[in-house]
Amino acid sequence: MIEFDCVTKRYDETVVVSDVSLTVMPHTITVIVGTSGSGKTTLIRMVNRLIEPTSGTIRIDGEDNRSVPEFELRRRIGYAIQGHGLFPHRTVAQNIATVPTLLGWERARIKAKVEELLTLFQLDPDFFGPRYPHELSGGQQQRVGVARALAAEPNLLLMDEPFGALDPIIRAKAQDDLLSIQKHFGTTIILVTHDMEEAFHLADRIAVMDKGEVVQHGTPAEMLIRPATPFVEELIGATERPFRMLAIETAGDAVEPGAAEGAPIPEGLSQREALSELLWSGRSALPVAAANGAIIGKVSLDGLVKRAARPR
Amino acid sequence: MAIGVIRETERRTLPFDKLGVIIAALAVYGAFLAPFATFRANRIVQGEGKAILEALPPSLGYGLLALVTFGIVVALLKTSVLVRMAAAFAALVALCFLIGSAAGNLVPADNAYARVSPASGFWILVFAFALLVADALTRLNPGPGLRLLFLAGALALVGGMLATGRWDGLSILKEYASRADTFWAEAGRHLTLALGSLAAATVLGLPLGILCHRVDRLRATVLNALNAIQTIPSIALFGILIGPLGWIATHVPGAEAIGVRGIGVAPAFVALFLYSLLPVVANTVVGLAGVPRAANDAARGLGMTEWQRLVAVEFPLAFPVILAGIRIVLVQNIGLATIAALIGGGGFGVFVFQGIGQTAMDLVLLGAVPTVVLAFTAAIVLDALIEVMGPKHSRGKAA
Repeated sequence: MIEFDCVTKRYDETVVVSDVSLTVMPHTITVIVGTSGSGKTTLIRMVNRLIEPTSGTIRIDGEDNRSVPEFELRRRIGYAIQGHGLFPHRTVAQNIATVPTLLGWERARIKAKVEELLTLFQLDPDFFGPRYPHELSGGQQQRVGVARALAAEPNLLLMDEPFGALDPIIRAKAQDDLLSIQKHFGTTIILVTHDMEEAFHLADRIAVMDKGEVVQHGTPAEMLIRPATPFVEELIGATERPFRMLAIETAGDAVEPGAAEGAPIPEGLSQREALSELLWSGRSALPVAAANGAIIGKVSLDGLVKRAARPR
Repeated sequence: MAIGVIRETERRTLPFDKLGVIIAALAVYGAFLAPFATFRANRIVQGEGKAILEALPPSLGYGLLALVTFGIVVALLKTSVLVRMAAAFAALVALCFLIGSAAGNLVPADNAYARVSPASGFWILVFAFALLVADALTRLNPGPGLRLLFLAGALALVGGMLATGRWDGLSILKEYASRADTFWAEAGRHLTLALGSLAAATVLGLPLGILCHRVDRLRATVLNALNAIQTIPSIALFGILIGPLGWIATHVPGAEAIGVRGIGVAPAFVALFLYSLLPVVANTVVGLAGVPRAANDAARGLGMTEWQRLVAVEFPLAFPVILAGIRIVLVQNIGLATIAALIGGGGFGVFVFQGIGQTAMDLVLLGAVPTVVLAFTAAIVLDALIEVMGPKHSRGKAA
């Protein structure tokens, strides 16, 4: 659990982060969104003390983050940034081994960890381990950057626009990878982005920042139903709201009893994708299959339209 | 298609290699118009030039002319790189070999005063064919290892000529023969001055460069001051240093005992050291500034201490640039150390200035040629080293 307690950061007279109090629950993904200059990057850089707050405290699992030397603190917290920040003179394997090496792990343990992570990120350890970062594609570099952040098995991972430099297709893939890896390790993730689509796709909870203040902190659904300020409403985008509503829930949540013609869709698909499939195929209902292949019911156009309407 | 047509006509009107035309013109002048060797009755009188056929026995003379003519034709026409290289190399080896024969041929065996030295024709031919080798090398684009091998080959050729006594009849080696002891002592002093001041500048310049990189305000001040020193002419700097060093020698206890004096090695060393600082400090600053921001940010974020970040990330990434600065300093120092002789600092300059004083050009060359060879060798070796250190990440994108 990470607790921000009245955290303020001032540079001379400019207030960058203003009196932020926020609690991040363990094993969840919290996405901080806001426009440039809203203070979101400053806020997460204060967690691993790359920036020291002017006032207030940040506690990690109840312990003030100033209670240990900063380099020790940072070795316990994963850190991934935009443009990956890989060391160009070190191989992929050496890059991933950075923190374990700093922590003085045994060589065999480091080697095993590097191989485990590369495999997890669908990179062949024998092929990619000895390569230099410039030999990799942008998407591969980004994956290595995240693998490096996770190498010492941190409970907490900070990500500063980690997917900002990727093209849309690779970005979507990277986001899905992140979700499955978060499930795998149960890591608490705080991620900064200005991309609302990304925020709604990844977040358990979203914190919206504006001019250094957190103006709303809640689940994606809460944010859609009750935007706290006109700024939040604008950020979400009025025309996108019904689609975002559908995007945060799965087809399984919208299953109605009954049968329908045609090929079934998996229950894990988002309702937005189910709607898209209905519209494109010109039908009014589709069967829904569970993970084991059994048909559990149908989703209908009418049902989804009702779900997309503003809740009362 | 249109482009192909233009190329076709170009090829018809210009069958010659562009640089080859210049090389051929040089070689024709050097072989047929300029004197090959100079003969003098003793070491300081005006000499008379001898053409190739006068300087060498007929068989060798015609042989050399034939080889040079072949080289000229190869250079002139558009020929394959390896043929050009081979022709130029053969001509160079023959020139080096035969200039030794010229000495034996021109001087009667019992005459100890007569001097034979390479004349303008010889030097022009060497230059022309060296240019041909360099051009062929550039086109081959060899890796650092192959370049070092070429350097070793060239040095072995010269060393072989010296060791087998082929050149013993040449005037420059006669000057050497009468000064063998001092030659090696001055060589040692020259290297001590050049390398010692470089080592001192590196030991002080690296930390200073790192400090300048970290502290903005210091950077401008230090670099401006070092720039100002660089603009002082070397002889003037020697002169300026005589005062303060002389004062230190007389007023600071123990200073004179370790060799600090107004003239001699101390001011030469200090001056070379001061000249060396700017390239070392400036390249350290530039190298460190070129380290990708994201890599630095990641290094801090992953929990490296300042020292670990410097040693493991910043320094390795800046190293090729720093090494380039050290290369500049080394080549510059080897040349500049020659002037140290003016204030009693020793080195190869001793022969140069003695030679000028005695109007004995051979003695000047005894000082100048080793200096040039040293500087050239240092440049090639360090260039190769820079390339070996660089490639892993220089091709990478700075992201």
